Amino acid sequence: MSAYIIRRLLWVIVLLFLVSAITFVIFFALPSADPAQLRAGRQPNPALVEAIRHRLGLDKPIYVQYYRYMKGLVLHFDFGYSYQNNISVKQQIFDRLPATASLAIGAAVVWLIIGISVGTISAIKRRSMFDRVAMGGALVGISAPVYWLGLLSLYLFANDIGIIKIFPGSGSYVPLSQDPSKWFTSLILPWFVLAASFAAFYARLLRGNLIEVMSEDYIRTARAKGLRERRVVLRHGIRSAITPIVTAAGLDIGILLGGAILTESVFNIPGVGRLAFDSIQNSDLPMIQGTVLLGAFFIVLMNLVVDVAYAFIDPRVRYS
Amino acid sequence: MSEPLVEVRDLVKHFPITSGILIQRQVGAVHAVDGVSFDVMRGETLGIVGETGCGKSTTARLITRLLEPTSGTVHFDGKDISHLKPGQVKPLRKEMQMIFQDPYSSLNPRKTVGSIIGEPFRIHGLKEGKGERKRSVQELMEQVGLNPEHFNRYPHEFSGGQRQRIGVARALALRPKLIIADEPVSALDVSIQAQILNLLRDLQRELGITLVLIAHDLSVVRHMSDRVAVMYLGKIVELADSETLYTQPRHPYTGALLSAVPVPDPELAASRRRQIPGGDVPSPTNPPPACRFHPRCPKVQDLCRTEEPLLSPKDSGALVACHFPLTESEAAERLGTAEHA
Amino acid sequence: MSPLLEVDDLRVHFETEDGLVKAVDGVTFSVDNGKVLGIVGESGSGKSVSMLTVMGLSRAKNARISGAARFDGQDLISASREDLRDLRGNDIAMIFQDPLSSLHPFYKVGRQLVEAIQAHKYSSKAEAKERAIEFLGMVGIPDPRRRFDNYPHEFSGGMRQRAMIAMALINEPRLLIADEPTTALDVTVQAQILDLIARLQNELNMAVVMITHDLGVVAEVTDHIAVMYAGRIVEHADKRDIFRAPEHPYTWGLLQSIPRLDRARDEPLVPIPGRPPSLITLPTGCNFHPRCPYVRPRHREVDPRLEPVPDDPGHRVACLLASDTRRRLWQELAAGKQPEEAREEIVEGGLA
Repeated sequence: MSAYIIRRLLWVIVLLFLVSAITFVIFFALPSADPAQLRAGRQPNPALVEAIRHRLGLDKPIYVQYYRYMKGLVLHFDFGYSYQNNISVKQQIFDRLPATASLAIGAAVVWLIIGISVGTISAIKRRSMFDRVAMGGALVGISAPVYWLGLLSLYLFANDIGIIKIFPGSGSYVPLSQDPSKWFTSLILPWFVLAASFAAFYARLLRGNLIEVMSEDYIRTARAKGLRERRVVLRHGIRSAITPIVTAAGLDIGILLGGAILTESVFNIPGVGRLAFDSIQNSDLPMIQGTVLLGAFFIVLMNLVVDVAYAFIDPRVRYS
Repeated sequence: MSEPLVEVRDLVKHFPITSGILIQRQVGAVHAVDGVSFDVMRGETLGIVGETGCGKSTTARLITRLLEPTSGTVHFDGKDISHLKPGQVKPLRKEMQMIFQDPYSSLNPRKTVGSIIGEPFRIHGLKEGKGERKRSVQELMEQVGLNPEHFNRYPHEFSGGQRQRIGVARALALRPKLIIADEPVSALDVSIQAQILNLLRDLQRELGITLVLIAHDLSVVRHMSDRVAVMYLGKIVELADSETLYTQPRHPYTGALLSAVPVPDPELAASRRRQIPGGDVPSPTNPPPACRFHPRCPKVQDLCRTEEPLLSPKDSGALVACHFPLTESEAAERLGTAEHA
Repeated sequence: MSPLLEVDDLRVHFETEDGLVKAVDGVTFSVDNGKVLGIVGESGSGKSVSMLTVMGLSRAKNARISGAARFDGQDLISASREDLRDLRGNDIAMIFQDPLSSLHPFYKVGRQLVEAIQAHKYSSKAEAKERAIEFLGMVGIPDPRRRFDNYPHEFSGGMRQRAMIAMALINEPRLLIADEPTTALDVTVQAQILDLIARLQNELNMAVVMITHDLGVVAEVTDHIAVMYAGRIVEHADKRDIFRAPEHPYTWGLLQSIPRLDRARDEPLVPIPGRPPSLITLPTGCNFHPRCPYVRPRHREVDPRLEPVPDDPGHRVACLLASDTRRRLWQELAAGKQPEEAREEIVEGGLA
């Protein structure tokens, strides 16, 4: 197992190198705004733009820029400085990471609880009214775009502009360390909105898996042993059916940790997603590079975590 | 029953087990087939029996070149086919075919029966004429006892026994010289098994096909085969004609197998002295040294632990790989023929 | 001594989209304490469904169950789910065909045994563990203390089945139902398992119902045998009588269609023609008549009932041919005649 993990970690490093190289190439190969021009302001005169270009190192060949960037990254863990406002990229990202993490992990908790419970009940009471309503609702949840749901929820429930004024509206996020209860209430709407489509998907996924698992031979054995039905479903059924859920959850969380752009935008949460979006608008290469690498890192890391977790969940899985 | 159609010499197949961080090194191997030599005579039925892990299925796949040997040779119709490249193997398939065990999963559920049986023609570019293929397929269907009008039906519309007939028809399409049937009836109900076995037997006689039958059911193998090879952990331990093997088994493992087979006769069952080897079959990744059966053999002696017995002829006419084969009375005990005369 | 298990005209019908599936259609038998009943049949005969119903394990929404099944006097059909659950794994235990898929792959074997104990008895984890280890040893698993912590996939096929048997017997049930327990196993392992079941049956004085399609298996371990076809018992007799003097054409067909080590090698196999019937549209009259070489016109109209033969109340047969005729037919078949020949001689020659 440890040989496997080491091998995978080495691959993580290789992949991140690859990602950074590809990002560089895309940035320079595809047409986008000239960052020097953007930085120069309203009425740039060519001399100023040139000076900015030189200062940002944009006049050097691509591979030189790449080399400088990677050198700073590998030797000093330095992600460079934003073209836009000269703030350290590393600083910005780490400042905004907690917000994204709060959003992602909170939403994950919500969608797992809802998805697993609904999925289980639907599977056990197959074709009942509950099942039909739940699966119908799930279809809506999956189909509704998250920004639409977000705007709708604000329209309905935000306490500044909503019809039924319950929850704090857009822009009310505060960090956990600053004010825990306000942090919590400001995230309730975003959590449910972000969780909606995932919960729907997971409910359907678990329902399908559980129905299949419950017809397996070992479930018949468990019943033949005289176990209570509740134990059969929870300890024997769900225990098996949950494995694809774990995999999916790990990967989804990994993706969200790189930034839930739409949700962060609608609710004005200062997370990494917003940062990534803005940096693309501003052709801010170091920032783009930083957010992309962060996103890639989380995805690759969660992939590894999920694979390793699988070995603990399913004892038949053995890595060499 | 004149010359050999298939000649296997010192056939070995090891499946490597690898481990390592960056570079995968081979740390061990599954000794699936570990030095097997035999001939299959033209027109005969050779049965191969053995329990899980003995290597019989792997041997079948080596003969038909679905697998490439690690070492050793396979000759088919005089030609060495051991290390042919994939492109060279394809024409071989016209001459040898396989029938598989599970009639439920060995047929493509998305293809019609006619298309499944006709596929060999398509692959080898035969019977291109309009309607010619369909006629050939329907002939085959009739030959195996299927209704030719069901040409356009799908596998799921047929019962298990009928599906196995489809498999037989497909194997026969190109009139191969050799058919290897890997557990052709074990997934079928008892009353259907007899139908399929009779079909195979009749077709073999009619068409002069050489048949290699692999099964774990010793009664089935005895009924169908002219000669039988008993395999254990990748080696042949006894090879004899059916009559001899089943009345005078010489290898203790053969004796154990025969004494373990349940027979539908209560009195015989009560009078037999079962001689079942204790424990489990050892893992093929680490076979016991010298005689592979020695840890479980009731007749084991020091020689068995140090020197590997080779297949050699014994008084009964069989080839047996054993230093201390069963005596006549020991064999009779296991068969229950001792008090039974 | 009243029987331990009594089944009386049990019917289990499933309502499906394609129609009413009569999986079990009027089955009557009983098993005494300490005796072994073998139920022989092919797929679709209803042998598994009838025993699963007895255990209360076939209570699907679309199942229509009628008739009676009594365990030690207690009615199982009308019993509450809780009562049945109480009996299962406790007084009545069941083992199944494929031990790899019948054990939960994610839990250690020892833990699954402990679970079986704690479902029915108050026992501390430590006590339950000791008992589990004891039973693992009793079924012949070497080094049981270490094996307690193994997962099912770390056992060989034979050992897995032994572990299943240990799990089934751990609460010392009075009745063990074994549904094709050796079908998925190698022949030497099969012999080991059958010997084990026979030994334990003796030691614990347990009644056993052994379900199988293998006539060789029932020849070894049973006291009496019921042959099932299309949801009904067609013949039920002492083991010796089933093999020496069977009186149903289906039983004859089974005996004649299997290759046997104790007969000549080239004795031809006589298959039973045709296929088992659909359980939705059963044949008119006798269920077996479409495949029976000795069918008479009346057999297409009248349904035979399971009735004792004239001189032996313990031997019951469901066939419209006269017992005399049947015995003579069997003599011909046993002498090596083909069914057609035997029919010409006996049936068309007069008595039917």
